[in-house]
Amino acid sequence: MENIWRENLSQIEIKSLNAYYDKLHVLKDINLNVEKGEILSLIGPSGSGKSSLLKMLVGLLKPKSGNVILNNNQLNYNNNSDLRIIREQIAIVFQQYNLFQNMNVLKNVCIAPTKIQKRNKKQVEEQAINLLEKVGLKDKLKSYPDELSGGQQQRVAIARALCLNPEILLLDEVTSALDPELVQEVLDSVRLLASEGMTMLIVSHEMSFVKEVSSRVVFMDNGSIIEINDPKIIFENPKEKRTSDFVGKILKDK
Amino acid sequence: MERLIEEIPSFFTIWNIIFLAKAMGVTFLLTAIGCFVGFSVGGLLAIFRKTKSLALLPLRIFIVIYTEIFRRIPFLISLLLMFYIFMILKISDNLFLIATITVCLIATAYIGEIIRSGIESINQTQWDAAEAMNFSYFQILKEVIFPQAWKVILPPAFSFFIMFIKDTALASQIGVMELTFAAKILNNKGFSPLLSFGTILILYFILSFPLDRFGKYMERKLVTNRN
Amino acid sequence: MGYTLVYTQVLEFFPYLIKGAWISLQIVVLAFFGGMFFGLIFATIRTFGNKLMNNMVIWYVTFFTNTPQLVQIYFLFFALPEFGILLSPFVAVLLGMTLNAAAYLCEIQRAGFLSIRQNELDAAKTLNFTLTQQVKYVILPHIMKVLFPPLSNHYIIMTLGTSMAAIFGVEELTGRAFNINSETFRSVEIFSLTALVYIAITFLATFMLAIIGRYFFKAKMRIIQ
Repeated sequence: MENIWRENLSQIEIKSLNAYYDKLHVLKDINLNVEKGEILSLIGPSGSGKSSLLKMLVGLLKPKSGNVILNNNQLNYNNNSDLRIIREQIAIVFQQYNLFQNMNVLKNVCIAPTKIQKRNKKQVEEQAINLLEKVGLKDKLKSYPDELSGGQQQRVAIARALCLNPEILLLDEVTSALDPELVQEVLDSVRLLASEGMTMLIVSHEMSFVKEVSSRVVFMDNGSIIEINDPKIIFENPKEKRTSDFVGKILKDK
Repeated sequence: MERLIEEIPSFFTIWNIIFLAKAMGVTFLLTAIGCFVGFSVGGLLAIFRKTKSLALLPLRIFIVIYTEIFRRIPFLISLLLMFYIFMILKISDNLFLIATITVCLIATAYIGEIIRSGIESINQTQWDAAEAMNFSYFQILKEVIFPQAWKVILPPAFSFFIMFIKDTALASQIGVMELTFAAKILNNKGFSPLLSFGTILILYFILSFPLDRFGKYMERKLVTNRN
Repeated sequence: MGYTLVYTQVLEFFPYLIKGAWISLQIVVLAFFGGMFFGLIFATIRTFGNKLMNNMVIWYVTFFTNTPQLVQIYFLFFALPEFGILLSPFVAVLLGMTLNAAAYLCEIQRAGFLSIRQNELDAAKTLNFTLTQQVKYVILPHIMKVLFPPLSNHYIIMTLGTSMAAIFGVEELTGRAFNINSETFRSVEIFSLTALVYIAITFLATFMLAIIGRYFFKAKMRIIQ
């Protein structure tokens, strides 16, 4: 872990990062800065590397080359103690199967803060109940994941991630697996978080939502970042041809 | 046919019945010990097989080789090999011990695979979510994976147990006093083979059938439980 | 300890040993296809037959799957002569394995029948397929795909099961190992060598079955995980 002194420090700095999934080059020379409190959305076709980027950030995909600097600290993703530090600052919610099926909602939210972060059990429970209330699921504390709808499960997953007190929240297509009528309730929870100033990286196909909440939008294709810009520019006046092709197709389908 | 009926009272003497009961006990004991050890050690094999660290690579390779070997050799050969190794190296001449060790080695390989399958049946995202929250490999297994996997593991493991009862019949070939060997003894004593082997078939059936029914009942309960 | 492994003595007999594998192959192929044939009949009876025949098959399957194959063969070999039926060792083993296989393969194939989902049949009907066409284009391919892995697995089990033929004097792989053992007394060497041959045979079989399964039946199977 190296301390790097600089001005105007971003919360996350990714420099020339490359990652492979077996032989497949999934992240190609990624350069990206994320400011504190920013809401960065990643859009792009399937296989463009958006989810891989999130997985890389949380240590599930090890980079082959390049650097990641988190809160002024350069961290080595191949070092186990660095990984612990990374994961204390970043939390992730996946597309589905987030919740541990063998535990009820309350236990799902409390287990990591209690067992891994070793915090006080009572305090964790209090926080958990507050968070679950925030996402509208206070009455489901003792329910098991298979008793909840997809949308409810995702909201619990968000509460669970928040209970870890992360500085950065990653949302990997959290509504993509949901039936349409369940999408809004999850987006409402995300909107709430956005308004509270949490740094977020969101991978999503919900374009109107992306346009509404993002401070910047990143368009990725084939493992590379093609364009980063204001949502208005990306959707209405993209600079790159590939971006406008993608946006054109997406908006046409809507 | 009348000869058969005449033989029945001399076949079903108290001595013979006790003899057969003991043999049945040996069969059951071999199976039970084998499966108990198989489950414990097999579980360890499954757990360590799925580790990712480079340091444990030799262990992983050993586990794969061990499992493949014992699942690709006939029981009879395993038993004979173990028998001759023990005899020649003068380790022990206790036939039950030799058979038990062999049976444990075999069961470990098979049940290890069953447990591994069960672990792998759990969705990868459950692993990812736990890992991203800083759970260690063993913590994930203990808190998330095994509590879910046991339902997938139990039916095939129980099936294996029932199948294993029948496989212990081969221990008769190295002279272990289990059911099949008992049948051979009775046959050699002059009793009708129909009676000797027929009775043994029925005794195996009595051992196996209730367990089989219980297994199917348990499987049904687990399926409705899961849904 | 005072025992050294001497493989040269037994390697002389290697060609003789290997030829035993050919006999093992004959046994398993005949028993497997015999078992498939009767198993198919039984599975059909179980799925479509009347109550009486259904129960008879249930009893048969229950009996043969709850008793050891070895004892079944012992019974055929030693008890049948009481009724005047004398079977050669090869035939007794073959018959025993076939009867045993029929029970297991009945259950496997029955599971295959039951796996046909009503939708598939309905879809085929709405496309105006005749019954033969339904069977040929919808039902059969699906069943083959579903059945191939468990059938292959049972085939491997049966391959290993042929080794009990040696107990009755059949000169298949294990039987020849017995013979070599009584000639050279190099027990550990000969049986470890035989073990290696079985490992090689099962790898070969698993490999070929995986290839066949993938290309002909679209059943994806792994060789080693």
